[in-house]
Amino acid sequence: MTLTDLANPTRFLALTTRILPWLAGATTVLLAIGLYQSAMAPDDYQQGATVKIMFIHVPNAWLSMFVWGVMSVAALGTLVWRHPLADVAAKAAAPIGAAFTFLALVTGSLWGRPMWGTYWEWDARLTSVLILFLMYLGLIALWRSVEDPSRAARAAAILTLVGAINIPIIKFSVDWWNTLHQPASVFRMGGPTLDKAFLWPLLVMALAFSLLFITLHLAAMRNEILRRRVRSLQMMQASRVAFSSEVGAGSRDGHASNEIGAA
Amino acid sequence: MSLGPYASFIVTSYALVAAVVVLLIVWIIADYRRQQARLQELEASGVTRRSGRSTVDVR
Repeated sequence: MTLTDLANPTRFLALTTRILPWLAGATTVLLAIGLYQSAMAPDDYQQGATVKIMFIHVPNAWLSMFVWGVMSVAALGTLVWRHPLADVAAKAAAPIGAAFTFLALVTGSLWGRPMWGTYWEWDARLTSVLILFLMYLGLIALWRSVEDPSRAARAAAILTLVGAINIPIIKFSVDWWNTLHQPASVFRMGGPTLDKAFLWPLLVMALAFSLLFITLHLAAMRNEILRRRVRSLQMMQASRVAFSSEVGAGSRDGHASNEIGAA
Repeated sequence: MSLGPYASFIVTSYALVAAVVVLLIVWIIADYRRQQARLQELEASGVTRRSGRSTVDVR
């Protein structure tokens, strides 16, 4: 099945019906393994048991940026390739991305209080992630404020591509500016600096959360396709009602003129 | 497994993530059921797709 085949919403719905149960099962199994490994991971020599927050904070932080990346590709799909499901994908991803970003912010804050002595600091990393969260909310508001999805899609696609500038800023903020946040310790030149006792649970949790995103995203895209079917059927229903009332009014007028003529 | 003096921060973090993920799942399932019900209502009132296929047909 190619990307062109998936341009047909009915084929896409059929595909999601087949694969969603498998994806949900795989996500549950991976999450269970990841949570077990996180629980069994040793305490850090400096951070103690608070290092366990890393296993949920970091996957959420990665996904907050990854989802925006997915929306940026979808935005190109809307503006350049005009793929029929591109704006469906973008709209469905926004609330999920906002949820992951919210969780990254709050778990980071809860990790920061015991480690840094503060819940919040207006430094480059924290502020740029907060801006990302606000941009997600802005996109959701934009989608909801324009009734016609195809009109909202173009504006949302442009906003998404402009907002993508923030992603490298978030990634490299810890290198470009002085910040409380630690520098990259997994995806960096020279390999990860994390011990394997922490790295493996983290990678399993990251994979589990990525699968969770794919599962939720496909399900949300299915909902959006159904919502658009509801909308088009409601419009058909409304136009039929308007047409039949016009015809009714026309035949009454014709009947009246005949009566006048007869008189 | 001892969580040390900062157990409340760790437990709150995990509980919050679980709550938000469960909320997302419930919201998506509820939305799916709502759209299916609306489509069935429309089909029952005689409005059908141009293709003539059932509105809830995904096969």
